[in-house]
Amino acid sequence: MINTFEEREVEVERRFVRKEKDIREDIAWAKINSDVLRSLERPRMLFWVIFLGSLALFMFGVSCEIYQYETGLGVANLDNPQVWGLYIATFIFWIGMSHSGTLLSAILHLMHADWRKPIYRFAEAMTTFSLMTAGLFVMVHLGRVWQFYYVVAYPNERWTWPNFQSPLVWDATAIFTYLTSSMIFLYIGMIPDLAICRDNATGFRKRFYTFLSLGWMGTDRQWANFRVTYLTVACFLIPLAVSVHSIVATDFAVSQQPGWHITSFPPYFVAGALYSGCAAIITLFIVLRYVFRFEEYMTMPILEKTAKLTFAISMVWTYLNLVEYSATWYGDDMYAKQALIYRATGDYAVFWWSMNFLGSVVPFTLAFKKLRNHIPTMLVVSILLNVGMWLERWMIVSPTFANGIYPWTMDHDQWPAWVQWGMVAGSFGWFNMLFMLFCKIFPSVSMYEVKEMVYHRSLHTKAHGEPSVNHELAAEGGTAS
Amino acid sequence: MSKSHMLALFNDFDEASAAIRELKASNLEGFDLKDVTLKSPIEHPEIEELLGKRPVYVQLFTFFGATFGALLGFLFISSAQATFLMQPKGGKPIIPIPPDMVLTYELFILGGVYITVLGFFIGAKLPMKRHKLYNARVSEDQIGILIKAEDTAMPAIKDLFTKHRALEIIGEGGK
Repeated sequence: MINTFEEREVEVERRFVRKEKDIREDIAWAKINSDVLRSLERPRMLFWVIFLGSLALFMFGVSCEIYQYETGLGVANLDNPQVWGLYIATFIFWIGMSHSGTLLSAILHLMHADWRKPIYRFAEAMTTFSLMTAGLFVMVHLGRVWQFYYVVAYPNERWTWPNFQSPLVWDATAIFTYLTSSMIFLYIGMIPDLAICRDNATGFRKRFYTFLSLGWMGTDRQWANFRVTYLTVACFLIPLAVSVHSIVATDFAVSQQPGWHITSFPPYFVAGALYSGCAAIITLFIVLRYVFRFEEYMTMPILEKTAKLTFAISMVWTYLNLVEYSATWYGDDMYAKQALIYRATGDYAVFWWSMNFLGSVVPFTLAFKKLRNHIPTMLVVSILLNVGMWLERWMIVSPTFANGIYPWTMDHDQWPAWVQWGMVAGSFGWFNMLFMLFCKIFPSVSMYEVKEMVYHRSLHTKAHGEPSVNHELAAEGGTAS
Repeated sequence: MSKSHMLALFNDFDEASAAIRELKASNLEGFDLKDVTLKSPIEHPEIEELLGKRPVYVQLFTFFGATFGALLGFLFISSAQATFLMQPKGGKPIIPIPPDMVLTYELFILGGVYITVLGFFIGAKLPMKRHKLYNARVSEDQIGILIKAEDTAMPAIKDLFTKHRALEIIGEGGK
């Protein structure tokens, strides 16, 4: 009950002027260390459930690959004209997923959006593991995995030589560059935190972290070099991330296949990549927040900001999708138009419409503050968005193969066999397993960056002399200063 | 005259920067500001400015890495295509510039990133053995000032640190 003028002022300020803070400014630095280090030792039981479930999925995927290796691609129901199937669709999905780390680490770093600090580390790890997962599908879709070395450039007697003018070779180079650069970026950014782990660990772990922290001592010279290096690598990563997915889009766009020969494919792919990556960040944010008890660092305002970002990107993706449809519809290419009609009305219609619904309509839930602050809703929505984005990749690859320009390329009876589905499921197991292992071994919240965030924000508060908030109101949802 | 090290730990940046400011103004004999090292749990450019300009050369590494990456990339791809001069190209150029620019661009970034990191390791002197006066609290919540000075200057420096409420002062022979 609001009685006095002062109470009303505080209430007005709480509701309309002051926003909830991203993080409490009075968290002691030592507590930040102990909270994050605790996550390396005692996660909740759900951690092991996810880890073991992922391991089981991964093993299932491995057994599918062994079966396909022994028997041939026929068991996956891959044959002309349907030669890529779910493998390349899932490859694009995982490449896309990797863009979230770059968005949060590099783009938001350059924009000085410091709310990214508690969550960028796991997004960077996502980037690395997504790329490692994507790389598997390049191998798997070959069928004859043992002949992979045929595509490598070295003098040989087979008269084979990579075509350096082909987007497929660009793809391999871009992904290799992105993977190694992301791993370096992740590692360099982690060195100060590895030193904290070293200072607090014992036994084998101490030796492990001592080796990885390279003797970091936090001297001014080290920090100065670190600052410039981190910024420089971030500047390299942004155009690199854009180029990687543009090149993946070019794999399709430079071909003459109906449904692929589209000018807007590169920006469309990049937007889709950022979109699925952001949705995955929300999913993993919620999981890590619970599993590692990171409620104080992965706060609701940060989740809300991520949700708003996802919503904005989903609208960009929707716009580019509509551009593609309308350009095809009003364009002069009858084969492309037929492919579009086939997507909307043919064998894949259910999935195509689901993709449009999940990708363009479901994100409107993110426009509502109440829903953005409701964790179970956000978990479900973020998973649905990624289902939509996976369907998008499938709808790019398979319908075109099933309905090409010539009659002999029209084969509508090539539904993916269980081997393909098994390997897709296995890839999720592989990714989750690596990701959860990473979070158990390395600090998934950047300790030094959270300290910086707390430090700079408390200085800002001191300088601007913000009034303290009524503690009862703060308990209702406001903040204590 | 022999030189030795001393590490003072402070509770916050304000006290540490006040101590450095006074050290700078003191003109103590046997002490040079370039022998002061600040150790902190977070980066702090403002306090680093007090210590004077300490150049960082990472950008030079970046420039050369990116340039050589691009050049090597272009030369590699061009020479790989030029190996097949005998192949009929149907009027197309043997070294087509537009598609080669894509790989050149990727290798420009690859070279830039790798050599930048090399520059970081060299500039930050990593990997290195930890200094014997390293204190783990510096990675937690305290600010350390490591001084290297002549033994005659040490008592005055110690007094100055005490005046600025150093939490702990550790010399090479212990406290």
